[in-house]
Amino acid sequence: MKSSPTARKREVQEMLKVLGEKIYYQIENGVFPEIEMPSRSVKNIVYDEKLKQYVVGKNRVKRSSKNIKHLRPFTQTIWLAFFVDKLIREGKTSTLRDVYYSAQAFGIEFKDQAESDEIITDLEALLGRAREDYNVYPEERSAIYGDITIEYTTPGHEGKRLNLASHPDGYLIGPSLSTAELVETSAKMVFAVEKGGLFTRFVENKVHEKYNALIVDTAGQPPRSTRYFLRRLNQELGLPVYVLTDADPYGMHIYMVIASGSANAAHLTELTVPTAKWLGVTATDIETYRLPYVRLTDEDIKRAYELKNDPRYRDERFQRELDVFLRKQKKAELEAFAKYSLDYIVDKYLPDKLKEVKEL
Amino acid sequence: MKGCSFGREGEKSLKETFSEISPSDFFYRNRDLAGFTNPARALYSTVRELVENSLDACELESILPEVYVRITAYDPLEEAEPKKYVIRVQDNGPGVEPERLPEAFGKVLYGSKYKLRQSRGMFGLGGTMAILYGQITSNKPVTIETSVDGVKRYYYKLMIDIEKNKPIIVEKKVGEGNGLRGTVVELVMEGDYFRSSTKIQEYFKQTALVVPYANITFIEPSGKIFYFLRTTTEMPPPPKETLPHPHGIDVEFMRRTIRQSSDESLAKFLSKRFHRVGLKTAIKFLQYAGIDPNRSPKSLSDEEIVNMVSAMHRYEEFLPPDAGCLSPLGENILAAGIVKELAPEFFTIVTRPPSAYSGYPFIVEVALAYGGKILENGIKLYRFANRIPLLYDEASDVSWKVIHEEIDWKRYRIPQDAPIAVIVNISSTRIPYKTVGKEYIADRPEIERELKNALRETLRKLSAYLSRRSSEEHEKKKINMYLKYLPLIANFSKELAKKSRPPNYKRLLSKGEEEERQKKIEEFTDS
Repeated sequence: MKSSPTARKREVQEMLKVLGEKIYYQIENGVFPEIEMPSRSVKNIVYDEKLKQYVVGKNRVKRSSKNIKHLRPFTQTIWLAFFVDKLIREGKTSTLRDVYYSAQAFGIEFKDQAESDEIITDLEALLGRAREDYNVYPEERSAIYGDITIEYTTPGHEGKRLNLASHPDGYLIGPSLSTAELVETSAKMVFAVEKGGLFTRFVENKVHEKYNALIVDTAGQPPRSTRYFLRRLNQELGLPVYVLTDADPYGMHIYMVIASGSANAAHLTELTVPTAKWLGVTATDIETYRLPYVRLTDEDIKRAYELKNDPRYRDERFQRELDVFLRKQKKAELEAFAKYSLDYIVDKYLPDKLKEVKEL
Repeated sequence: MKGCSFGREGEKSLKETFSEISPSDFFYRNRDLAGFTNPARALYSTVRELVENSLDACELESILPEVYVRITAYDPLEEAEPKKYVIRVQDNGPGVEPERLPEAFGKVLYGSKYKLRQSRGMFGLGGTMAILYGQITSNKPVTIETSVDGVKRYYYKLMIDIEKNKPIIVEKKVGEGNGLRGTVVELVMEGDYFRSSTKIQEYFKQTALVVPYANITFIEPSGKIFYFLRTTTEMPPPPKETLPHPHGIDVEFMRRTIRQSSDESLAKFLSKRFHRVGLKTAIKFLQYAGIDPNRSPKSLSDEEIVNMVSAMHRYEEFLPPDAGCLSPLGENILAAGIVKELAPEFFTIVTRPPSAYSGYPFIVEVALAYGGKILENGIKLYRFANRIPLLYDEASDVSWKVIHEEIDWKRYRIPQDAPIAVIVNISSTRIPYKTVGKEYIADRPEIERELKNALRETLRKLSAYLSRRSSEEHEKKKINMYLKYLPLIANFSKELAKKSRPPNYKRLLSKGEEEERQKKIEEFTDS
């Protein structure tokens, strides 16, 4: 984990070469090549109490080129390995969608992007590395703002430095930012907020100055590169991460994925911020601050029951909040604080809640 | 009309009627029974009866049949159906002896067919019924030409005296035979071709399926000609006559046989007149029945005859009837017919060993045809009884019941909508029709059992064929997949491993094929 992005790329390249050699010699020796990887089936995903996240279990699956049913995904996986090796060597990145289209040029077919995304996840499991480590990124949506200086490692921009407080709309957390070295910061904490609207309000109200904070817009459920970047801020710079979401079960879960990861990425263990704190908005806050609310939908209720049984929610505070949701049947949005004034959430709510979670 | 027997079913009512009216009269009054319900059905039945007579005549003498059938409008200007039609059926059969001819065509229940021998018609009834119907609806005599030797040719115009059941000769001529043997029947009748054309055409198509050794020409009223050409010269051996089996006779038959006999002892009488009864068996049976074997047959009282017949039905020591008198189609002929008319991708034929019901021997033949360009999706059933296609009342037939109710098609992994034809031919000295109209066969347990076994065997074969075909397709696909993907894998691994040339994947290709061959051999030895 402590290794720099550049070093991580070299490790991945070495792994890819080993994979290539293994297959090469299997063929040379007249053996149908096969690869093995951790199983990602639901049965093999277990909750790790120590890591406080879902991890893959001990089951492994074999993919053999001899089996006619495996042959196509096998070839797709090897192609992807070849493709990302080339990406790393040439210092290029690719979106998930790019991968889907690029295949065609090499005589590899994917019937849709879902199929290529699946193979990308397979390669993650095979190598035990996130796709960002081999230069494949989703379409970026999330952004960061605040006083932190980074230094690019991206080819053509190496050594160039940038302070992320220079542009009030924030900076996209994309491939270049994710792999940049973190040089220095005056920040003491990170606020991750669910919505672009609130992100802008925080910048306008100078939250970064008032709290010495970096502000991150997760744009809903954060993409993995954002989760990975939050982790780096937390681990490399020691900044505590506070998460602010809407007051509903889905909002709560945005926090939980940042803190404890998702079942989808159970094969990856370096995307979480276990010490991240949820500021709110909690179900209790709706009552305390008399926020305008709407009724929970059937969908919300179903989700709340699911979360109550999820091992990541065993903590008493989360159980209590889920119970309040279910009892009061109310939910509210971050924007609801505008009922008092546009500044209320920054000047009143935020200090209250920071004090509250520090006492936890 | 004395001593006529129609089997045990319905025997009583028919007998009672016969004592009061002539058979001609009886059938005139009950023409529905014989398949002459309405003008459309009557036209179909007439064509069928006459064609069957021609085919039977040819087959009895092992002559390769040439049958010519023409239906023309009696008055070309008449349009509305039903209307009068002229039906002409011509064959190259053995012909009819001139002295026998008036009786053979002009008297109901006369004829060579009233014997225990497999033939299409049962009582020599159908042809005469057609003539009778023609006469009733058109009041025109039937014209018959025949030559047994090709030297002389006889022309008759006949009417039937319905009340007396006797032929009336309207006209009689003798002419040159010109080397042509055979018989021509031409009659005028009221019919409805518009409503019967589908069935009549289907009748010819199905007939062609089971008589691929015949040339059949059919000209419909519009002048359109249908040819069904011979594709094999193999014919089934002519059926042999046989004595009645003791399980299959009734009291009336026994009475008649006794009257005609002059045997001095019952033991001799039974051993001479019945199938599967020798002197020893006769004596053993008579002891079982408690009758003195030395008594004269004519000394038996009515009551004793009744008791003896019912003892015969109970007695289980008689050997089952010998099927030597039956003439099933045979696999070669059926195969020729199937290839000719259905051109399927796959077919199989199963002939069951002979069996018997109520003293009548029978043989079940079942063919299953699959795929090809002619068969449509779904199960098409072709029913034949002594080579006659049965076209009406399919759902009442025992074959239909077996196919749709008794067989679990899923077990054979054959899709319900697969293009399949099931061809069933039942050969017997007496087909257990449910009606005189001869359209569907009763569900006798013995016949049902044989049908089920035969059909299951054909289904197993089809199922094996389909799975073999799909595994062959699978193998082909597999090799193609290897051909497509292995070179790609080889090349990408070369790039990843930073090698200068791709690994040699050709060995894997041949290895894949070799393993498939090995697998096939193992599967074969396993089964």
